Amino acid sequence: MKQKLIIVGAGMASGRALEHLLEHAPNAYNITLFNAEPRGTYNRIMLSPVLSGDKTFDEIVTHTAEWYEENGVTCRFGEKITAIDKSARTVTAENGDVLEYDKLIIATGSAPFIIPLPGHDLDGVIAYRDLEDTNAMIALGDRPGARAVVIGGGLLGLEAAAGLKARGVDVTVVHIMGHLMERQLDEAAGYLLRKALVDKGITVKCSANSREILGENGKVKALLLDDGTELPCDLLVMAVGIRPAIALAADAGLATGRGIHVDDQMVTSDANILALGECVEHDGNIFGLVAPLYDQARVLAKTLLGEEAAFRNKEVSTKLKVTGCDLFSAGDFAEAEGREDIVFRDPARGVYKRLVIAENRLIGAVMYGDTADGNWFFGLIKDGTDISEMRDTLIFGPAYQGGAALDPMAAVAALPADAEICGCNGVCKGQIVDAINNGATDLGAIRATTKASASCGTCTGLVEQVLATTLGDDFVMPAAASVCGCTDLSHEDVRRLIKSRALKSQPAVWQELGWSTPNGCHVCRPAINYYLLADWPLDYADDPQSRFVNERNHANIQKDGTYSVVPRMWGGITTPEELRAIADAADKYAVPTVKVTGGQRIDLLGVRKEDLPAIWYDLNQAGLVSGHAYSKGLRTVKTCVGADHCRFGTQDSTGLGIKLEKHLWGSWTPHKLKLGVSGCPRNCAEATCKDIGVICVDSGYEISIAGAAGMEVKETELLCKVATEEDAIEVISAMTQIYRENAKYLDRVFKWVAKVGLDWVREQIVDDLKNRKALADRFEISQSVYRTDPWAEHAREKAATYHPIANLTLEAAE
Amino acid sequence: MSWIDIGAITDIPLRGARIVKTELGCVAVFRTDDNEVFATSDRCPHKGGPLSEGIVHGRKVTCPLHNWVFSLETGEAQGADDGQIATYPTRILDGRVMLDGTHLATEAAA
Repeated sequence: MKQKLIIVGAGMASGRALEHLLEHAPNAYNITLFNAEPRGTYNRIMLSPVLSGDKTFDEIVTHTAEWYEENGVTCRFGEKITAIDKSARTVTAENGDVLEYDKLIIATGSAPFIIPLPGHDLDGVIAYRDLEDTNAMIALGDRPGARAVVIGGGLLGLEAAAGLKARGVDVTVVHIMGHLMERQLDEAAGYLLRKALVDKGITVKCSANSREILGENGKVKALLLDDGTELPCDLLVMAVGIRPAIALAADAGLATGRGIHVDDQMVTSDANILALGECVEHDGNIFGLVAPLYDQARVLAKTLLGEEAAFRNKEVSTKLKVTGCDLFSAGDFAEAEGREDIVFRDPARGVYKRLVIAENRLIGAVMYGDTADGNWFFGLIKDGTDISEMRDTLIFGPAYQGGAALDPMAAVAALPADAEICGCNGVCKGQIVDAINNGATDLGAIRATTKASASCGTCTGLVEQVLATTLGDDFVMPAAASVCGCTDLSHEDVRRLIKSRALKSQPAVWQELGWSTPNGCHVCRPAINYYLLADWPLDYADDPQSRFVNERNHANIQKDGTYSVVPRMWGGITTPEELRAIADAADKYAVPTVKVTGGQRIDLLGVRKEDLPAIWYDLNQAGLVSGHAYSKGLRTVKTCVGADHCRFGTQDSTGLGIKLEKHLWGSWTPHKLKLGVSGCPRNCAEATCKDIGVICVDSGYEISIAGAAGMEVKETELLCKVATEEDAIEVISAMTQIYRENAKYLDRVFKWVAKVGLDWVREQIVDDLKNRKALADRFEISQSVYRTDPWAEHAREKAATYHPIANLTLEAAE
Repeated sequence: MSWIDIGAITDIPLRGARIVKTELGCVAVFRTDDNEVFATSDRCPHKGGPLSEGIVHGRKVTCPLHNWVFSLETGEAQGADDGQIATYPTRILDGRVMLDGTHLATEAAA
């Protein structure tokens, strides 16, 4: 005969305990689960995204009806337990049923605290605790002009306010303390948070005492403050705190204090009754964060199975995201005698960091805006590390200790195995590494096997970095070496910051991103120049002085200081007139070598710099323009003769090649960009080793990308197939633009695709038609500036600069 | 000293260079971000690259052929590379850039 187990409450703690129990001993107990809410376990932490509309309720359900059924759990949802008789070992349900148990788990959680203000029982006064509260707030968003007041400027209150705001409700937050989230944040960080909320359009009143809730016809109408201010509202959310729900246990005669007393094994004062979660008190502590509750669940399951286990309350850090603002706090950050502060403040960026130090040990940390180093600081606090050696640079985080580069991967790699990665589920780095070594090689598998990043998700980046450092080359993450010696930032960081902070000039980049040199170096200057012109085509003017000589002089420098000149031949097609002009130019400027290139055009090698503007002018007269054979940009579109002449040709490959070249020419890209269009799968244009290749088939055009035929040789991979030339041109425009916007300078397409993954590219420009169109449109905006012949401009306006500024040999001769 | 006016400072691009042809070969005249002017030999001692075509950063220039970096003040190669380029006195007067003809002549004779 199986033992009978009754569980009261189906919150996150009891849900996790059930999982552990069933995993280790699926048949040990007959389980009956009561829950006052008419549903099973869901991820209560994620109610905020449901409120803001980022998630649906179904997405946050952790235990479905099927799960309970498969595991043989009898569910009595929507039913409360009204009494426990511990001597008879029975519970009484709301409907009068009396059920026997061998073991009982109390997991009644907590109840929101409702301030007994006059009017607190009016219709429209709610807490923020469960799905019903959430739905009431969502419903308010459907009413135009709706107003809400949230009492409480802690985490819950602010999430309620932000969610309501996202639903279009006019929200005021009323907080009794001087600054928001005073338990997690100090005043300065609270100020920054307040500023961010105010910027979002939320009204915030701190140091505000509520006097009375005013009503009309039994419905809430306004909140009256002590100072006489009246805040009209249609809904009043009270989010001032929670209290352990202990009434049931206390009435049954169990030992209680602030919570239900439990020992290290999660057993109450009655040996057959266990308890866990927000309703318990352990060693004087009560609990609100999910991490210790999950520890309790593990211990409780072991206790039920007769195994040894003990719950220890660990110091926890809080890493929160409130309405898009990153917050972190850990340890003790109150001001006191003998404590010293190290503070970093960058108000323009909205970054604030404060470290509290006592006796050369870090004892507390508060961070706002940039919380990347939070776990490292938390480790120092937990371990009581002596920080006197690194005190000077401590606030800049692990990257600045020992001179290592600012590389998040290195920081993660350096974390010890017991460093906590996922605070919600108490998963440390070692467990994740073990899981990876046992075959969990992507985020989904890590979530499934360790639960890391499966609750609130803020540690997702860290988990990915652990994956990356553990798997090495098998895991694709952008490498994060710094651009050059002028900065510790990686190319990816710089690109992101240029966009996110709207940096539109090189001095802005050098200053705002803290370049260590006055104006960069030969490594970073061309990269930054490229990023700026790619991201801000209409605002930023290309800087020739930040370009390598070839791109500045629009010709390729040769080892003897002369140049090569390659006019464009669209799609490899030329005419007798063009050939005559090229021959004449070769004669006139005594070009020593004339060569046919691999890109189906003609190279004039050995032209003196002074002659460049003149030879360009002559070639322009015959309609020839720059072939950009010198640029990190569109080079050539190689074609075969296609359906016009070839007996195998399926489409007009030459025509499409010419259209593509005319569409793309002049554009700057992270590295050179070569295309090929073959008229049939025989592939005479060698399209399948280009950056972008097109193979024409009877039914349309196969577009493939990421080929290489240089130091590395690689076949392209199929991106998609389209039916018309127009679609092919749009896909290729979008492909060019997404590469322009995202790749690291000097990464060819194949290198970049290896980092981001072909699937991602496909999602962006094949599956998402709107995005494809938007990318193609942005490409066109850029081309409105750059689709032009630089030779003509230089021959016309800059010819003098190709000559010496002075010739002193002539004066000497005089 | 005999100062020779070679042109306006604005004829040299900011963070760029122009060359002056002299009896002893080409002299590169650089204009830094701070509007200072420096003159050096245009020839990189490594493989003869034209330094006037290099990227100018701070008071340094990077050779366009193989990225040797030279100090415009001392002419010394920076970093791991070992080499020296000639430097010449310059001055700016009323926006005009001057080279010292005597100096250039001595160097040429030497």
